[in-house]
Amino acid sequence: MSILVFIEHDEGVVKKSSLEAVSYAAHLGDSVSAIAFGSNVQVDELQNVGKAGAQKVLHVADEKFNQGIIQAYASAIAEAKEKEGATIVVLAKSSLGDAVAARVAVKTSASLASNVVDLPDTSAGFKVKRSIYTGKAFAIVEMSGDNKVIAIKKNAVAVKEDGGQATVESFMPTIKDTDFNATITGTEKATGTILLPEAEIVVSGGRGLKGPENWGMIEALADTLGAATGCSKPVSDMEWRPHHEHVGQTGIKVSPNLYIAIGISGAIQHLAGVNSSKIIVVINKDGEAPFFKAADYGIVGDAFEVVPKLTEALKNSN
Amino acid sequence: MKILVCITHVPDTTSKISFTENNTKFDISGVQFIIGPYDDYALARAVELKETHSASVTVLNVGGAETEPTIRKALAIGADEAIRINAEPTDSFFVAKQIADVAKDGGYDLILMGRESIDFNGGQVHGMVGELLDLPSVSPVMQLDIEGNTAKISREIEGGKESLEIGLPFVAGCQEPIAEWKIPNMRGIMSARTKPLNVIEPSDNEKKTALESFELPAEKNAVKMVDPDNVSELVDLLKNEAKVI
Ligand SMILES: Cc1cc2nc3c(=O)[nH]c(=O)nc-3n(C[C@H](O)[C@H](O)[C@H](O)COP(=O)(O)OP(=O)(O)OC[C@H]3O[C@@H](n4cnc5c(N)ncnc54)[C@H](O)[C@@H]3O)c2cc1C
Ligand SMILES: Nc1ncnc2c1ncn2[C@@H]1O[C@H](COP(=O)(O)O)[C@@H](O)[C@H]1O
Repeated sequence: MSILVFIEHDEGVVKKSSLEAVSYAAHLGDSVSAIAFGSNVQVDELQNVGKAGAQKVLHVADEKFNQGIIQAYASAIAEAKEKEGATIVVLAKSSLGDAVAARVAVKTSASLASNVVDLPDTSAGFKVKRSIYTGKAFAIVEMSGDNKVIAIKKNAVAVKEDGGQATVESFMPTIKDTDFNATITGTEKATGTILLPEAEIVVSGGRGLKGPENWGMIEALADTLGAATGCSKPVSDMEWRPHHEHVGQTGIKVSPNLYIAIGISGAIQHLAGVNSSKIIVVINKDGEAPFFKAADYGIVGDAFEVVPKLTEALKNSN
Repeated sequence: MKILVCITHVPDTTSKISFTENNTKFDISGVQFIIGPYDDYALARAVELKETHSASVTVLNVGGAETEPTIRKALAIGADEAIRINAEPTDSFFVAKQIADVAKDGGYDLILMGRESIDFNGGQVHGMVGELLDLPSVSPVMQLDIEGNTAKISREIEGGKESLEIGLPFVAGCQEPIAEWKIPNMRGIMSARTKPLNVIEPSDNEKKTALESFELPAEKNAVKMVDPDNVSELVDLLKNEAKVI
């Protein structure tokens, strides 16, 4: 079986979630190609995608593709799929990935499953397990037809590292002008920070922190752990923190190995965004805070005392 | 200007999720249903555009008769008319196809949806409708302003946001802070009763996926408490027991 993987990169660094998608594809099929976009990613970075299990990477190195224009990406992926003779397209679920997956599925008359958390069961048909109700349940879904598009949830698959180097081949799809009818006029992006949806560790703060001026200790803890920072909805509503840090039902859904919640009560809508975390630590001065019921480890105490001590203890333990 | 807003009918965000009939049916007992929170943002923005751009707003839902109270609520919030496509929405391609078939001849300048439904969480229907109608699709949209035939949009990307310009018509998946959720007032509730709600049958029945069964996540172990005066114990547990740092 031949599989094509759409890989995303952040300023030239292939996203971990995309390497997870490549690893997923390598478990699924024998021939794995990947496709990457933009002149702002280097060939050696793409060769390294081979470690996760791709034999070949098609590189669309035209500058026009440096920004994620959904329609153009979808057309290019459909064309690459044809060229590679692939039946399945695998990608990591993200705001861009979802949008691209939907269009590729329609273009190629494929069945589509998103938020997939495990390899398919192919013993009878092709059944995948996907996360639904915002992490509160799973559905087993039968995907029909030969052509399939699978969007996998972040951190659901381990990254393989035992592959070789991939060959990088430049690829120039034939794109219609109408595929570029959205014009990107500007980008505002935090640079040099760890992307929240990709992070292995997340340190999150809530209304218990009293104000934006107190985020220094959250950042210090995050720095020590190499973590991304997140927050609860009221915190971003009050503009203490930017919107893209808001975690929960109506915000980012994270699935890190470790989620540390500080001064967050644990409302069900917040939990919906963090319930796929492997380990949850809760620090709250109220022992009755509902978050403790969802936690693996808890400390009842004042964040203003506990957090600096924790940062110190972590530094000393290294 | 004509706006189509696609809404889902989903369990309230505080609902406990459980299943019946050997894990093949969602258990609706005690569950309160609402307009999907992201769809509610889309609707709120559409109602604002009604005021500023004298737009007319049609809401659309693919669902059974049980979704009508939710559709009426959207009318009470300010939509002018509603369409219900009478079918169970189990497959996102099927849903997208139904929406596209209605939108095809509707002459809509804007098709607004939520970034994702909170039951099936696909984030797929807007992209599919865009592709089926050969229109641009953009998601998740945090800001949407219309000037003439062009929309100025701010879209969330990982770690930030992106501004873009796009010609009408197009499909957008919306999220906050595009608008504030609106609560229906008494007048809205009264007038919603007489606004048109047309029920139509699906145009075809092609589905690409089939739901086999549901599962609930494994129960969490009990929380282990650590003394606030002994945080190094937490460091030790994270390192040696949980092995996450
Ligand atoms: C439809 C809908 C969608 C929603 N979506 C989201 C979402 O996506 N994400 C989200 O987060 N919320 C969401 N909410 C809001 C959610 O219901 C809660 O209101 C919110 O999560 C509460 O945020 P919080 O825990 O920061 O604040 P609070 O509930 O005010 O909790 C603050 C906590 O801090 C603790 N605290 C206070 N001082 C200290 C101190 N010195 N040290 C330690 N702890 C301290 C308190 O004991 C308390 O537990 C949504 C709500 C609705 C209705
Ligand atoms: N059954 C439905 N009826 C109307 N609109 C829907 C339906 N399902 C999904 N949508 C729209 O598509 C968006 C994305 O849904 P999904 O792809 O299921 O995450 C939702 O926020 C709705 O706006």
